[in-house]
Amino acid sequence: MDKRSFIAMNVAQMFSDGDVVNLGVGIPTLASSYVPENVEVLFHAENGCVGAGEAGGFPWDDSSRESFIAWLESCGGEKGSWRTVHRDLCNASGEVIKLIPGAACFDSCMAFGIARGGHLDATVLGALQVDQYCNLANWKIPGKKLNGMGGAMDIVTGAKRVIIAMEHCSRDGEPKIVKHCTLPLTAVGRVNTIVTDKCIIECVPGTLTVTATAPGVSREDIIASTGAELVFAENIAEMITE
Amino acid sequence: MNKVTDIKTAIDHVRKNDTVLLGGFGNVGAPMHLLYELATRPDTDGLTLVSEDMHYGNLPFVQGPEVLLRSGQLKKIVVSFIGSHKPVETAINDGSLELEFVPQGTLAERLRAAGVGLGGFYTPTGVGTEVEEGKETRIIDGKKYILEKPLRGNVALVKAYMADRMGNAVFKLTANNFNTVMAMAADTVILEVEKLVEVGDIEPDRVDLPGIFVDYVVVEEGAMI
Repeated sequence: MDKRSFIAMNVAQMFSDGDVVNLGVGIPTLASSYVPENVEVLFHAENGCVGAGEAGGFPWDDSSRESFIAWLESCGGEKGSWRTVHRDLCNASGEVIKLIPGAACFDSCMAFGIARGGHLDATVLGALQVDQYCNLANWKIPGKKLNGMGGAMDIVTGAKRVIIAMEHCSRDGEPKIVKHCTLPLTAVGRVNTIVTDKCIIECVPGTLTVTATAPGVSREDIIASTGAELVFAENIAEMITE
Repeated sequence: MNKVTDIKTAIDHVRKNDTVLLGGFGNVGAPMHLLYELATRPDTDGLTLVSEDMHYGNLPFVQGPEVLLRSGQLKKIVVSFIGSHKPVETAINDGSLELEFVPQGTLAERLRAAGVGLGGFYTPTGVGTEVEEGKETRIIDGKKYILEKPLRGNVALVKAYMADRMGNAVFKLTANNFNTVMAMAADTVILEVEKLVEVGDIEPDRVDLPGIFVDYVVVEEGAMI
């Protein structure tokens, strides 16, 4: 199993039946594929629904005008359906999706009322940096491309549990878990859990506690690849691989 | 009362230097016909555009608000997301386009505040980040909040699935997004719909956007462009 799926699978074990969860792009989205069988989760998409289902790509990037128009005609108005595909239905990445039975759609004020108002049981997001004070930086690298925070600040600020799903180190091997974030912050003191390819860390401001490790990964390896001080729990669990 | 008009007459109501609110989240719920009509009028420039995003798709007829950048009509954008988008980035970096990033939920609520007559609201979103800079803050019951002010437009370009001639509108699935709040927050509201129905065909308790917020209804059937 590749690193990203391994992380996503371990994140999905943290969901409880009936949870309302918002997933960010990348590894977090993969978590929806590993929800345990007896657990029913409603995925919230901040563009306006709970009960987001399977995603089906970006027809707006299709290469041929004719095939695109044919697609639009086939799933617009009364022809499309939330059970299959509708051109008025997408997720927060702008990808077309299906809804699950029991889903609900609403406008942006309601979508963010749900997020800010504490009605999300959890959100799962990627990060550029997380620090030992539970601060998160994941929206901007000064001097690099302009991106925008989108809904991340509202969602991280309001969700009951903030789970960061990311590779332990950056592409060039630098620690992403640090003493103090140096990149612009998304939110202060909001991160609860970090799940990486090496370990699971529970966070309270000032203390990062390793509670589980990946098979074959040593404490020394985790300490060496982390830029913040870590505490190891008395009983360390092993992260699951299937 | 008949608010139905043709697209050219409707877009005549957008003026130079206006603040234009554009509904939609990517292509979904975006008034593409109205947007592309506006983009044919380079003299209507100096616009401030309020939109969730800037880039919708790669196909030439669904590219979204970046068409207004290409036609030289934009002075400023107020958005929550740009993503990876070279033309917009270049314009911002060379100073020809002003940029204000607003967190998405704050953007929706600032528009709503304008539409419902509030002087602003206190939000925890952005506390301790650069979003807080220069803004009034307040501790309420031990928690810190930022004061965010209302955001109003001169014109809103919005889109629904269907409406009647009075402007009562119905959205499908996730196409409501910013359309309702934007329609509430502008002086002049132009509504694009795919389908026009008779007054009374929409059950009163199924109306998503009451017609009282709508000034002009433009019917554009079929695919976007």
